[in-house]
Order: sequence, then C-alpha cells, then structure tokens
Amino acid sequence: MAVIRRAIQSLGQRPKVLEMARVDKTFNGNVVALQHMSLTVNEGDFISLLGPSGCGKSTALRLLAGLSHPTAGRILWEGAEATGDLSVVFQEPTLMPWATVAQNVWLPFRLRGQSYNSVKDEVLEVLRLVGLEKFLNAYPRELSGGMKMRVSIARALVTNPRLILMDEPFAALDEITRHKLNKDLLDLKAKIGCTIIFVTHSVFESVFLSDRVVVMAARPGRVIQEFPIDAPYPRGEAFRTSAEYAAHCRAASDALYQAMGEVA
Amino acid sequence: MTIAETGAPAAEVAVDLEEQRRARNQRVEKIGRWLLPVLVMAAAILLWDRIVVWNAIPKYILPGPFLVIQTLIQDAGILFPALLVTLEITLMALSVAVIGGAGLAILFTQNRWVEMSFYPFAVILQVTPVVSVAPLIFIYVSNRLVGLLLCAWLVAFFPVLSNTTLGLRSADHNLRDMFSIYGATRWQRLRYLQIPSALPYFLGGLRIAGGLSLIGAVVAEYVAGTGGIGSGLAFRILEAGYRLNIPRMFAALLLIAFTGVAIFAVLSFISHLLLHKWHESAVKRET
Repeated sequence: MAVIRRAIQSLGQRPKVLEMARVDKTFNGNVVALQHMSLTVNEGDFISLLGPSGCGKSTALRLLAGLSHPTAGRILWEGAEATGDLSVVFQEPTLMPWATVAQNVWLPFRLRGQSYNSVKDEVLEVLRLVGLEKFLNAYPRELSGGMKMRVSIARALVTNPRLILMDEPFAALDEITRHKLNKDLLDLKAKIGCTIIFVTHSVFESVFLSDRVVVMAARPGRVIQEFPIDAPYPRGEAFRTSAEYAAHCRAASDALYQAMGEVA
Repeated sequence: MTIAETGAPAAEVAVDLEEQRRARNQRVEKIGRWLLPVLVMAAAILLWDRIVVWNAIPKYILPGPFLVIQTLIQDAGILFPALLVTLEITLMALSVAVIGGAGLAILFTQNRWVEMSFYPFAVILQVTPVVSVAPLIFIYVSNRLVGLLLCAWLVAFFPVLSNTTLGLRSADHNLRDMFSIYGATRWQRLRYLQIPSALPYFLGGLRIAGGLSLIGAVVAEYVAGTGGIGSGLAFRILEAGYRLNIPRMFAALLLIAFTGVAIFAVLSFISHLLLHKWHESAVKRET
C-alpha cells in the first residue's frame, strides 16, 4: 500500500496548502506577465486556472513550481516561503524516450537516490491506478498519446505530492481521449484525494473537472473572477449534459469573453 | 503502430490487388538492395579488367583487378602486419578522440566560461589541415607513435566534440524543468538527462570520427615518411610507389578501403544496438 489515500473533507474544513498573496511577475522590467494574483489552495481542492493565451496562467504555474520567482508578493507554503512538495504534468507527456514506462515513473524516486527495487511496489500501484500495469516495459514511442499522458500523470502521483500542477495536459489530445482522461482523472482524484491546480483554456474542461474556476485575463495577466462549481462529485457523463453544467459553462464563458472584450 | 493497436493477428482476409503489388514490390526491393550493388561492383571490376586487357596496359601503369588480388595474397606477409600497425594507430586515435571529444563536450556544457574560452582553439585545430601541421608535430614530438596518434586525433576529435556538445544541449526543456522541480543535482542531470539525450548525436559524431581517424593515421604516416621502422600501410604504399610496384600499391589501397568500410560498419552496428529500442532514427514506419 503505497499511494496515500486522503479523505477529502468538506469545504471550509480543509487545511490550507498554499497561498499566493498579491503576486506580481514582470519580465525584462516592463512586460507584466502577472499582476496582483492572490489564490488560496486548500487540501483536496481541484482548481482550474481558465483564460486565453497570454493571461499568465503558465507564469503562475511556474511561480508555484519554484521554477521562477515573483517580482513582488509572496507565495507561502503552509506558512513558509519555501517551495513545497509538488509535481507537474506538462502539456507534452515529457517522458524520457530512452527509458521504459516503469523507469519513467521511477524518476522522481531515482533523483532522491532510491533504487528501483525499493519503490517497485509504488511504481506498480500507480501504474495500475492509471491502467497501464501491462506496459511496464514498453518504451514511450510504443504508446499512444493518451497512454503517454497517463504515464506522465502516474509519475506525478507516485510521490504523493502535496500539490499537483497540470499545465493544459490534455490540450494536444483528441476530444474522445480527452473526455476519457477527464473522467479518469476525477476517478483518480476521488480515490486518492490529491490537490490539483489545472491550467486550461477550455471552459468545458474547467467546469467539468474542478470545484473552483479562476478566470484570468490577458495584458496584463490577472485574475478577474473566481467562482465555485458546487456540483457534487462523482461527476459523470450525466453531468456533462445537465442544465447545471450548462449554466456554469455560460457563466465562465461570459466572464472570459468580458475579459477578452476589454483588450480586443 | 502502437502496442494498443496491435491486436490478435487478423484472420485470413482477401488481399486486394494493390496489396499484392505492394508485397511483391517489397520482396523485389529486399533482394535488389543486396543484389544490385554486388552486380554493379562486379560489372565495374570486369570492365576494369577488360580495359586493361584490351588496351594492353602494362601492370606498372594500371594492374588488372585479378593481379591486384593475386598480389594481395602473395604479399600478405608484408601487407597484413602493416595493416595491423595502421589499425592500431587508428583505433587508439579514435579512443582518444572519443574520450577527449566527449570529455571536453561535458566540460563545455558544465561551464559556459570554459566553452567561451576554449571553443575557438578547438575550431582552429579542426580547420588547420593536418598535412600542414604534421611535419611540425614530427619535429617537436620525438616518439613516432605519439606523433602519429596526435595527428590522427587532431582530425578525429572535432566531430565528436561538436556533436556531443550539441546533444548535451538538446535535452527537452520540460524534462529539464522536471529535473529542477525534483531537485536533481548537477551530476544527476548530466547522468540521467543530458548524456542519454546526447547519445544519438554522439554516435553520429563517432561514425564520422571513425573514418577520419583512419584518414588521419594514413596522412600522418605519409608525412612521417619512410624513415621509420615497423611501419603501416601508408609506408608500404610509398615504398611500393618508389619501387614502381603498382600492383602492391593497389593491394594496400584495397586494404585501407576495406578497413574504412569495416570501421563504419562496426560503428553503425554499435549505434543500432544502442538506439534501436527508442530512437526515432531506428524506427521503421509500418504505414
């Protein structure tokens, strides 16, 4: 039993994982990529950052991942200013082509100096969770796009991180595969109770997946609206066709187009 | 095709005309790939022979192919030990080129200042023709073997260096970020990310360097002249030339050419062994 399963507590009782407090990011001294972004992430949250390209959502993700540092403002992980325990799923599967599926999933442990045999159970379990236990010894080029993405997700889950950042992970996939992976991601989250920040430019994806949508606008990148999607989990195909879903999508779309209208 | 799509073998299905034609073309191509070069080569040799015979060209101007092969067998006692000497220098130079080239490349990618400072030297060494530097080397270096090695190395190391440097830089950006997020050390980054990324580039450089180190060894021997003892193939070619023993020159030439081909084949095979499981260059498209 390797992957920790956290019970998701009801809203309001969840402990805080991290907090962004009025974070600014300026490149080259004049390009404002992100302005006054504030965001509180609680354990078990599934937050979508929704916005057009150039709205700073990827910048926000890089700041959270500790790959770059804010120009102003603070990012606090459980009260401290050090980057916490997290993992990232990029838009591309970002697998090492020379390594097998199992070796790719082993990577985070390997970099901590743990041998494959000592974490074999974790690797196998997480691959079972994403339905790829039969492809342990396959090389990435032998897998389809959706399967590669599953490996990438497995690698992100294997260390039980406090937070998983996903940067438009399904944007390059076909719609059928994307729907399937959306559904499977929700199932996974229900099983292990991880905390996810999910960057997307798809209104439908953000509403279907998350319990909170943060709508962002471009030039300068900033948060314009934040609203909860209070539909209960588990959400299935029935939710996709419900009036509630449509209403949430319309609200998100309106906010988005209002934001785009300002610059267009 | 992905594993996911490879199901159970399909039941007997009617093969349409187009598929039949495609299968036939594949068979023909498979045979032709071997047969055609062999036939053309044989025809060329035959033509060479006929030209020599019909024009009654004396053997000290152009020996016929069969005389060359005969000489190769007759003079095996002289030529093969010479081949060993040349081969030894070639392989030693190649090893030093690999260690030096790859080592420098790693050093360059670890520290930009080192690269900025020393890359110009590498380029200068590469672009200066070895024939013009070799006489100087043999003046300054008294040990003949070391001199030969140095010349061959000069020619061979640059492709390894420049290809490996490029390869070490070509690691996927997202993977680099991933390594940063997981707190990889510089050594881990090199060992698990940069070196595997550089492998296909390095192997490409290695194949070029293999041929070049043979050329370097032969050229250096030419420059070193006939004064030495225990000399290689180039020395035998020069010597045979002075004696107007043209068939032996040709026989030695033949040996050098075959050696070059053999080195290339071996290095290509090594490259295939290391890459065929994962690299795009080794993937056969099925559709």
